[in-house]
Amino acid sequence: MFETIGNILAPLTAILIHAAIPLTIILVYALVAIWGERKIAGFIQDRLGPMRVGGFHGWAQSIADLLKLIQKEDIVPTDASRFLFKFAPFMMFAASYAAFAVIPFSPEYIGSNINVGVFYLLAITSILTLSVIMAGWASNNKWSLLGGMRSAAQMVSYEVPTIATVLTVIVVAGSLNLMTVTEMQNGNDILGFLPNWFIFQNPFLIVAFIIFFISILAESHRVPFDLPESESELVGGYQTEYSGIRWAMFMLAEYADMLLLSLLGATLFFGGWNSPFGEFMAGPFWGFFWFMLKGLLLVFVMMWIRWTLPRYRVDQLMHICWSILIPLSFVNLILVALWEMIF
Amino acid sequence: MIEEQILETGKDTREMVINMGPQHPSTHGVLRLELTLDGEMVKQCRPNIGYLHRCFEKYAESVEDYAKVIPYTDRMDYVSAMNQEHGYVIALEKLLEVEVPERVEYMRVIVAELQRIASHLLGIGTFGLDLGAFTPFLYCFTEREKILSIFEKATGARLLYNYMAVGGLMREIPEDFKSDTADFVKTFRPKIKELNDLLSYNKIFIDRTAHIGVLPKDVALNYAASGPVLRGSGVEWDLRKDDPYSIYNRFDFEIPVGKGEVGTLGDCWDRYIVRVREMEQSLRIIEQALDGMPDEGDVKEGIPKRIRPKEGEIYMRTETPRGELGYYIISDKGASPYRVKARAPSFVHLSMLPAISKGALIADMVAIVGSIDIVLGEVDR
Amino acid sequence: MKEQEEIFDLLKEQLGEDSVEFMKGEVGQPWFQFPAIRIKEIAKFLRDAAELRFNTLMCLSGVHYEKEEELGVTYHVHSTTLGHSMAFKVRVPIEQPNVPSVESVWKTADWHEREAMDMVGVMFDDHPNLKRILTPEDWEGYPLRKDYEPQEFYQGMPTTA
Repeated sequence: MFETIGNILAPLTAILIHAAIPLTIILVYALVAIWGERKIAGFIQDRLGPMRVGGFHGWAQSIADLLKLIQKEDIVPTDASRFLFKFAPFMMFAASYAAFAVIPFSPEYIGSNINVGVFYLLAITSILTLSVIMAGWASNNKWSLLGGMRSAAQMVSYEVPTIATVLTVIVVAGSLNLMTVTEMQNGNDILGFLPNWFIFQNPFLIVAFIIFFISILAESHRVPFDLPESESELVGGYQTEYSGIRWAMFMLAEYADMLLLSLLGATLFFGGWNSPFGEFMAGPFWGFFWFMLKGLLLVFVMMWIRWTLPRYRVDQLMHICWSILIPLSFVNLILVALWEMIF
Repeated sequence: MIEEQILETGKDTREMVINMGPQHPSTHGVLRLELTLDGEMVKQCRPNIGYLHRCFEKYAESVEDYAKVIPYTDRMDYVSAMNQEHGYVIALEKLLEVEVPERVEYMRVIVAELQRIASHLLGIGTFGLDLGAFTPFLYCFTEREKILSIFEKATGARLLYNYMAVGGLMREIPEDFKSDTADFVKTFRPKIKELNDLLSYNKIFIDRTAHIGVLPKDVALNYAASGPVLRGSGVEWDLRKDDPYSIYNRFDFEIPVGKGEVGTLGDCWDRYIVRVREMEQSLRIIEQALDGMPDEGDVKEGIPKRIRPKEGEIYMRTETPRGELGYYIISDKGASPYRVKARAPSFVHLSMLPAISKGALIADMVAIVGSIDIVLGEVDR
Repeated sequence: MKEQEEIFDLLKEQLGEDSVEFMKGEVGQPWFQFPAIRIKEIAKFLRDAAELRFNTLMCLSGVHYEKEEELGVTYHVHSTTLGHSMAFKVRVPIEQPNVPSVESVWKTADWHEREAMDMVGVMFDDHPNLKRILTPEDWEGYPLRKDYEPQEFYQGMPTTA
């Protein structure tokens, strides 16, 4: 009998630990990223940002915001579809969170070492689009609906260049398993000293990375592509009717999505958990450090762009995707394949 | 945060009537735009004003002194208060036929031009903010703070001054005013270049503003547009040169005019770039005025004890940052004016909005309203 | 650029001696006075005549003349091409304050006339949309008249504290 309990408890504990680790990473990251965004915004705008809460540069600002949001009144519009309205933010967060299962954080740790990692990740993130539509429709507000539809159209369109550029890397790597992809970038053989990262292995992958970066800006609704939820313009978008902790959930999901796609970019193009110095500073914990550093650097660039550029109009946004990025990414795919064949 | 409410027409719902406002996301004030939409395109736009009406003209008739109207003129266009006062006091000085001392004239021109720069900084910053560029807004406001500190030293207030009086000024000019202003002029010139690098020639900004809200020249003149709105359409018309008042005819400066550089002539980008270039010209005027300003002279000696103009009327117009501000004053020998009418430029420009927003998308409406640079205090008075 | 006297002669020639008056106060600017019925035709002439070319209507104001029990409308026009300006008025009795609208001549008159109607009560004929503009649409009375008493209740709310 104890054996049966052991047989159930052991994998259960393992599952819980594997579930808790990415959750902890996301939550800690979200708190730090929100504070970081406000500080970065402040420094770019020639001011200081949060300074008071907690003492040193207001590091506890996000915690204070979280506490405030938790104790707000829970408002559900009268004629809204109650279940869908309440479910949408959690579904959005669940989709971002579930995709973290296949991200290789370190040589010794990956949530789920499946052979179709990339495929699973891209499939799960499509649920984000679904939750956006759900939020827009369930709010019983015409403007939320329109904002939600616009937002969904944007996400669906920009998934095409994302997938095309990811495909270029897979063509080079030959495997959908993200752990294998990372392991293939081990070593420092290019030009004698450059790390073996994919972005250095194939010049067309640089173009692919640029397209990938633009696409993930649009996927996660960041400026210059954030008209559907623009804060200083017209509609509040699909988030209009949400307040308190439900809105916080949307924000959490957005930041988690940003981190997810940045980590994906770091894995595919920048060597994942591989150290740039070869054997020096490598190992399970160093790997985790390098990986998070690369991901956070991409997140920082996303924030930097947000506070510098104005935003695009919806039709211009679509034009960029369909007329420029998609043809370019497919041509790039062919060129990458040719390069691989020749060299 | 529901910024629009939808009014169902009860008819065929291919077209939707929505309300943009009265609480507007941008800082223009309380304005209500009734938009008739077909999908994303605006078929008709009807501005609805009067939410900020504060009965300026009735007050002016009921206060017992012409001079007591001056604080109310400040509050019409609260962003460019000095220019509002300037027009009113010049109108009264013409009615009373009083001479204004040289030092006062120079000081008035300097504060009016500083106020012009401050107002344009606000207009440009909020225009960028409407389009999603958060950072230029803060850079513009940093510079504006420097101007407001100079004003605070000179007049005692940051935004609404009550500084100009008929025939003089209300307070003595502080000693370090000249050096403060000269310092500001020196540090501000490179900032205009920084603003141009950050916002004006940014491709996304140009995509959002070029070819949008085109105002043809003859429509502009028929609608009596003035200021940067008229100059953006290619008409070289500035009251400081074409109908000079005060001592503006002594200064050498140019009139920037829209040329359709990156889009059509008379689009939002043209109006925006005219404002940026006007700031540069204002700096030139300030430098020349600082050089020419006499250091001796009492600013209060020219103020008459009682202001009682004889019977008559006058229409006096001056160039404010938003356009032509006209004061029509009828005097009937009484202690207070018989009728004061303030012809506000933003009032006239807002009436043009339905004509220039045909075929615009909703996102373009925000750009067009931002490029006309209205202040609701002036529209409603 | 024409002086006021030259404009006066031109107008007398075109419209006849009895339709034009030239007046001035003790100080300030002079003005012309026209009969209200002919104002539209006069406005067109002012805008289109080759020697006048008044292409902008700078300001249109409504005035209440309490002593004479008349309402007046003052027009200030300017020519950007020729550089001259002029002011002219029409006066109508307060019991029948109808003035033809000049909105078809200068589009800017649209809102100015609405404001004059709202504040003083001048009724403009042939105006495309003569509704109140600064006060709510169901407001009673004309605020800028000298004998105006504000209404006590507006839609059930007291107007004074």
